[in-house]
Amino acid sequence: MRCGNVFARVAAYLILSGMALVFLIPVAMMVSGSLKPDHLVLPEAGRLVKLLPTEPTLENYRDVFARVPFARYMVNSIFITGTIVSCGLLVNSLAGYALSRLHWRGRKAVLTGVIALIILPLEAIAVPLFYEVTLFGWRNTYLVQIVPFIANAFSVYLFYTFFLELPEELEEAARIDGARPIRIFFSIVAPNSQPVFAAVAILTFLTQWGSFLWPLMVTHSESVRPLPLGIALFYTLPPLQWGDIFAFGVMMVLPMLMVFLLFQRWFVQGVASTGMKG
Amino acid sequence: MATPSKRTNSPVLDGLRREQDTPTAWIFALPALAGLIFFVLAPFLLALFLSFTNLRLGSPLPLEFTGLRQYARIFADAAFLRALQNNTVFALMVVPVQTALALGLALLINQPLRGMVVFRTLFFTPVIFPLSLVSVIWILIFAPGPDGTLNSLLQWLTLGAWEPRDFLHDPRLALPAITVTSIWQGVGFQMVILLAALQSIPAELYEAARVDGARKRQQFVHITLPALKNPLTFVILVTTILAFRLFDQVQIMTRGGPNHATTTVMYEAVNAAFGSQQVARGAAMTVVFFTIVLTLTLVQRRIAGQERATS
Repeated sequence: MRCGNVFARVAAYLILSGMALVFLIPVAMMVSGSLKPDHLVLPEAGRLVKLLPTEPTLENYRDVFARVPFARYMVNSIFITGTIVSCGLLVNSLAGYALSRLHWRGRKAVLTGVIALIILPLEAIAVPLFYEVTLFGWRNTYLVQIVPFIANAFSVYLFYTFFLELPEELEEAARIDGARPIRIFFSIVAPNSQPVFAAVAILTFLTQWGSFLWPLMVTHSESVRPLPLGIALFYTLPPLQWGDIFAFGVMMVLPMLMVFLLFQRWFVQGVASTGMKG
Repeated sequence: MATPSKRTNSPVLDGLRREQDTPTAWIFALPALAGLIFFVLAPFLLALFLSFTNLRLGSPLPLEFTGLRQYARIFADAAFLRALQNNTVFALMVVPVQTALALGLALLINQPLRGMVVFRTLFFTPVIFPLSLVSVIWILIFAPGPDGTLNSLLQWLTLGAWEPRDFLHDPRLALPAITVTSIWQGVGFQMVILLAALQSIPAELYEAARVDGARKRQQFVHITLPALKNPLTFVILVTTILAFRLFDQVQIMTRGGPNHATTTVMYEAVNAAFGSQQVARGAAMTVVFFTIVLTLTLVQRRIAGQERATS
């Protein structure tokens, strides 16, 4: 019995370590490629020993800034995603609160409508939305990349279910003391709902930070384009220099990676919460 | 769904209470509702409407109702049919493999062993990589010739017998290559959802089963699997829908080629609307896409609903 246990343990570690390599090697390739002279990246792509660059150089990083407006892409991405996340938290939590706690005419109908809209992914409306924003004259702006994504049915639903399960006593007491809903929300409900705010912030961040299809459709100037579109365009910009592309990739993912490692627990809980509500 | 109010004994008070917050509540809900109406509901209705017209951006022709003509056209279009087929094949490859892999990893990580958090972090990391970056990295892995990462790995494994392939330009291998890329990026997401479900199973259940003399395997079949049923159907649904949303990888890695071998419904819709300004045609494809997503969702609800009814 004990012997079998040890064997199972070793097997588990072996499988997990093998899988870990599958997940690590592509990332390591990117990092190591970003430190190699451009002409060596492709020829050495198949040699595991070459994952350690023989003569590391930072030249690729300099080239990125010389060839494309990297800093601009970065600022755009941060601004667009940051605005969507912060406005989204406010707008969707207020709606979730109204749906779960306030007593009003139309509540049931609105709730049903919101739940129905959850199944519409961006892809199902991208084409008509593209037409709509063309009519508004919004193409190639920040506005077009931000405003349509602030209100989100799934976020409203996550807030709604969370607030439903919050104990009502605190709010009742404040209500009896005559506090208005807006005050109750900001001073009592929101401070006690960090998990759901974190989950919604992270899920929104994950989808918006990688957004590619929509900016591809609605933007045509580097001045408003975000990072994911930036790297795809950089890849098609001749001459094809793998070192530069990977330097772009490293710089693009580094801030995100740091946020992830710092708030890992929240990321995992946020993602797990989507499954619980399904 | 809980009713938000505590009932009093007076029907008049109840009636008043039920509507006491009406103005405030509308103010609270309005920004989100306005956004959803303008940017989700309206475009969706617009898609339905446009799909029955001949609208082209910048066309001098007047807007005309053409009935089902757009639908007739797209279903007669070989590229669109190929796209539907590709999405289906892609789903049939991604869904079982990714779900099984996510479940396997979740079960392994759920063991009370040291260092499991490190593995969880590692497997989840690609989820935070934008798909466009992942696509670019994997282009190098699939690079043609003996220097490409995968080619040289396969040559090493087969002691040189492997003939180097140009994966992304091979009509038979391009879609599987995109499949591998997508699984690599996405499996961590599903794994975390399943892991959370595993960890929410009360330990007492296993304890009781052990006391009753149930073996590991019996415990798995009678405790673990039933507890995973709903999260698993959810994960399968989400992965299937994701498979039909496939776009970024195709746009970056193959541009739908070679010869439509990797084109998808979204790739065709975007190209129709955006590339050739045929908004009505793109809208019709969008409606087809939505119908697929809706059908999948209803099927999943049915399965989950049955589960709830029987348990």
